[in-house]
Amino acid sequence: MKQSVKELKNTANLIRQDIIKMLARAGSGHPGGSLGLADILTVLYFSVLNHIPSQPNNPRRDRLILSNGHVCPALYATLARARYFPLVKLKTLRQINSQLQGHPHNLSLPGVETSSGPLGQGISQAVGMALAGQMDKGDYSIFCLTSDGEHDEGQLWEAVMTAAKYQLGNLINIVDRNNIQIDGYTKDIMPLKPLKQKYSAFGWQVMEMNGHNLKQIISVLNRARRVKNKPVVIIAHTVLGKGVDFMENKFIWHGQAPNQKETTKALQQLSHQP
Amino acid sequence: MLAKNLYQPEKLEKKSCRDGYGDALLILGKKNKNVVVVSADLAESTRVHHFAKKFPQRFIEVGVAEQNMLGVAAGLALSGKIPFASSFGVFSPGRNWDQLRISVCYSQANVKIIASHTGLSVGADGASHQALEDLAITRCLPNLIILAPADYLETKKATIAASQIKGPVYLRFARHDSPVFTVPKTPFKIGRANILIKGNDITIIACGPLVYEAILAAKELAKQKIKAEVINNHTIKPLDNATILKSVHQTKCLVTVEDHQANGGLGSAVAEMLAKKYPVPIEMIGVQDSFGESGTVEQLWKKYKLTHPFIIKAALKVLKRK
Ligand SMILES: Cc1ncc(C[n+]2csc(CCOP(=O)(O)OP(=O)(O)O)c2C)c(N)n1
Ligand SMILES: [Mg+2]
Repeated sequence: MKQSVKELKNTANLIRQDIIKMLARAGSGHPGGSLGLADILTVLYFSVLNHIPSQPNNPRRDRLILSNGHVCPALYATLARARYFPLVKLKTLRQINSQLQGHPHNLSLPGVETSSGPLGQGISQAVGMALAGQMDKGDYSIFCLTSDGEHDEGQLWEAVMTAAKYQLGNLINIVDRNNIQIDGYTKDIMPLKPLKQKYSAFGWQVMEMNGHNLKQIISVLNRARRVKNKPVVIIAHTVLGKGVDFMENKFIWHGQAPNQKETTKALQQLSHQP
Repeated sequence: MLAKNLYQPEKLEKKSCRDGYGDALLILGKKNKNVVVVSADLAESTRVHHFAKKFPQRFIEVGVAEQNMLGVAAGLALSGKIPFASSFGVFSPGRNWDQLRISVCYSQANVKIIASHTGLSVGADGASHQALEDLAITRCLPNLIILAPADYLETKKATIAASQIKGPVYLRFARHDSPVFTVPKTPFKIGRANILIKGNDITIIACGPLVYEAILAAKELAKQKIKAEVINNHTIKPLDNATILKSVHQTKCLVTVEDHQANGGLGSAVAEMLAKKYPVPIEMIGVQDSFGESGTVEQLWKKYKLTHPFIIKAALKVLKRK
């Protein structure tokens, strides 16, 4: 059931439209990071991960841990498109009594591995899962998505050191490197550079990719999972708000929902993309 | 001294507590050169972005790093500054409690720990972002003054009062726009609870924006010939024992009201005090040992039974227990 590059492109585009519709309906949420991660999530769930949507707790599944929980609209839409739950549920995002909480809750929705939102916590849990996988000699991989703003948190680097100490070859951290956080560009809020060198100094294997080039994402993710002796970080260069021109690279779109006019415009643009 | 049209919510101005904080900081910035703000990538959400723009030299942005933020604030305070370390309640004091305990409280560092987005009133962001435990984890810390103002104006006053105290102050407030029912002349003194409505049948003691729900409950109870005394207990610590005891001596029963876990917050503080000095029946309005969820403020307050109809129910229940 691996999708071809052409199919992946189409799926990612549908997911982007889902994201816009969900946020417009909810009236709040985080479009920027969500749109920026649509391509990577699509490749993960429709090409790379070993998973069976009808068996979300299968012990042999690959795990995807969403550490930057605020981009959950992208994860929810991807899970729905992968048939973890019916698409209609996407309409309930952020509403009372919904399974689609404003930030992910592992007990509320199938396919959501951990609860997140407070930044920095996901990567430690991913390390814990990778340690368990190592102990059990499991043949699955732990993919973790983290954001660049999240790298300000001390906890993240504590986890990075733990992963290196235990040579967690089953752990892959994908960093959403869009150079933006809430209040501005990362270089103004808290400079992260040189990120590559930091990770290699911490004992990780470093890879980079264009987070919107589907072919490249497929090959880099597959190459990363073949590394067995140390954890891998993939610095994914992404564009916040990807696909909607007035959102792209604008930090105000980190966390605000589009109004009706903006929604129409965004959906129009997305539906015309090849 | 309360707003005109007190009992007509639709006629009251609606403004957020967080804006009261942001506006007060501008006043403080002008008045006192030692006032500095430390932010953890939530400047706009906590409304310190106005201060950042006006006083860029006194604004420190540490990024998404709340533990570091509080340590940096402690260092600034130990060097004579008056830092306002600002974030959401779930992250500060949620994530940095150890730093709060040792770097700030144990050292009596003159840090103001500012938490916006407390309570279910956070809304759609859901449980992970709704601070419902912050009073419980701060009340137990020595040397810490704790304030929970009820509306825009009171948050403004509380911010200014906090700056005048030499020592750690924890200030918690809400994100959403809520009725401004106090007026500029309404007194605000740290450690002095305000009796908003007099009555001798039952005491209702509340903090935060839910004080307004307590007012609405008192109005309804009056129709049933029950005279409720409504106390706005904006200072959680030190508790105003004298005012509370005086009221309860008359009424002999009370209801506490807060947008926080019923365990460990205002209700617990009052109950601990009364158990020692003057035990009476108590009912507690608060979140009953569960996490919150996404929803609108109105939906959440109703689902988790914090609004005035539930306060009235609790009042009738506790009256029977007298
Ligand atoms: C511990 C913690 N502190 C603060 C926040 C508030 N917050 C939510 S997203 C965010 C910015 C993080 O930057 P990034 O994830 O890179 O943003 P994006 O690229 O998705 O816009 C912050 C500070 C949080 N979720 N967790
Ligand atoms: Mg970012």
